[in-house]
Amino acid sequence: MNIREDFPILSRTVREGKPLVYLDNASTTQKPNQVLDAIMNYYRNHNANTHRAVYALAEEATERYEAARDKVARFLNVQERSQIVFVRGTTEAINLVAYAWGRRNVGRGDVVVTTEYEHHSNIVPWQLLVQEKGAVLKYVPIDEQGKLKLDELDRILSDGNVKLVAFSLMSNVLGTITDASSIISKCKKAGVPTLVDGAQAVPHMRVDLASLGCDFFAFSGHKMMGPTGIGALWASRSMLDAMGPFHGGGDMIREVHKYESTWNDLPYKFEAGTPNIADVIGLGAAVDYLERIGMDSIRRHEMELTSYALERMRQVPGITLYGPASARERGGVISFNFADVHPHDVAQIMDEEGIAIRSGHHCAQVLMEKMDVAATSRASFYLYNTPEEVDALVAALQKVARVFKLV
Amino acid sequence: MSSRDIYHEMIVDYSRNPLNFGKMENPDVSYHDANPLCGDSIDIDMKIDDSKVSDIKFHGHGCAICMACSSVLTEMTKGKTIDEARGISKHDILGELGLEHLQAVRIKCALLSLKTFKFALYTYLSREDSGSADSLKEEAAGLY
Repeated sequence: MNIREDFPILSRTVREGKPLVYLDNASTTQKPNQVLDAIMNYYRNHNANTHRAVYALAEEATERYEAARDKVARFLNVQERSQIVFVRGTTEAINLVAYAWGRRNVGRGDVVVTTEYEHHSNIVPWQLLVQEKGAVLKYVPIDEQGKLKLDELDRILSDGNVKLVAFSLMSNVLGTITDASSIISKCKKAGVPTLVDGAQAVPHMRVDLASLGCDFFAFSGHKMMGPTGIGALWASRSMLDAMGPFHGGGDMIREVHKYESTWNDLPYKFEAGTPNIADVIGLGAAVDYLERIGMDSIRRHEMELTSYALERMRQVPGITLYGPASARERGGVISFNFADVHPHDVAQIMDEEGIAIRSGHHCAQVLMEKMDVAATSRASFYLYNTPEEVDALVAALQKVARVFKLV
Repeated sequence: MSSRDIYHEMIVDYSRNPLNFGKMENPDVSYHDANPLCGDSIDIDMKIDDSKVSDIKFHGHGCAICMACSSVLTEMTKGKTIDEARGISKHDILGELGLEHLQAVRIKCALLSLKTFKFALYTYLSREDSGSADSLKEEAAGLY
């Protein structure tokens, strides 16, 4: 069966009849009918608030909401379902940790470590924290291939006072897959907790939190075919127990008195207010879909597509490709620039051919500064992309070369 | 607009060889602005003599549309009196390069330098006279 048929949007045309070639999957992904139907079915047949009332609808809504938590836990190989906290996405998950854990555990002169290829969501919450606490933010630098220089991490760790090392499992610009097990084992030896941003990795490769061994893990639903506005934070039991609340409000309390309150059990302590029930259910449906296809098949498909794309794109006149040379070391994300042509102009010409790619700084201005570019163009793949779409991309890139007289 | 209409000779040429590009020694006023979403970033330096824009330069980086429009803006304003220069509208800039029908997402690329220029002029004028320049600030802030 052709999986593209599950995604109605992929058969539409754009810009005067051009078939849509959607290559902005690192930004957000398209949604299959199975996810759309799950959301619609919830609203049509089961809509009620969770964890409160005793009537049938409320019970059905709660069951479906909690079933999605079980699916996410199983998907990431997590034993304790109460360690999965639903949040709006990776950004909120990291802010939750910076607020509820960071404010209690980071003080004056302490060090928080991140890397030069992080998304703003794994930089700015730490900047806010260290500024408030008089702590210091340090960066693990990258080399020319776009890989982290782990000997620099050794140096930072040995300098001491490090309270947390936060890094992404896959760069959203370079596609580099981080050597997470090396980083985590170094940090464990130094007694330093780790936070992993899984936003780019979870949708594209098998992630096993039981063997990864980090302390915090964040990801977003919309990059894995789920709806926008939903994601999850996983944290080790000891961290969750030691953390104060993030948002105060309904559902996160056990008892509220006039001047003080006590907190609900995990994970509800961190899920204040009526949750995003429909989208949690949609995320559960996305997990079902991914498991049916199989994460290993998805990774294999994307590696083949990325190898083919790298090989063909290298032949376009005037192009520079960034990131590791081999598809084995990277996800399906290819950033590039064209001689002196601005990425905005590249994206405009692509758009006219129906090709959706991203141009800009990709919420990674620290990395752009390091690479000494203002912006890049970026094509990123998912399980529904095809070699024919790579051909369309390359044909459009050749058009850019012609328009800007690089041929 | 199609890319054939946008990326005509003049835009491609200006983007490679922008006019009045570079930093100015001892400007009377400088202003910096950027489009946070696309990363275009422009600085404008000006000298003002006898209520005239006697010299203007820009530097920074941006897409072809941004660079070409910055070139046009600096050419249009150089030598003009302050009153003439503050009257330059977005239609003047877009019209000069045939970009009147540019789609909404690219308008900010085209008008960043005009916005920066208006803020620079406001900064200069508000040093001496706090009242009359206020409309310029509002106009700049609401340009796109």
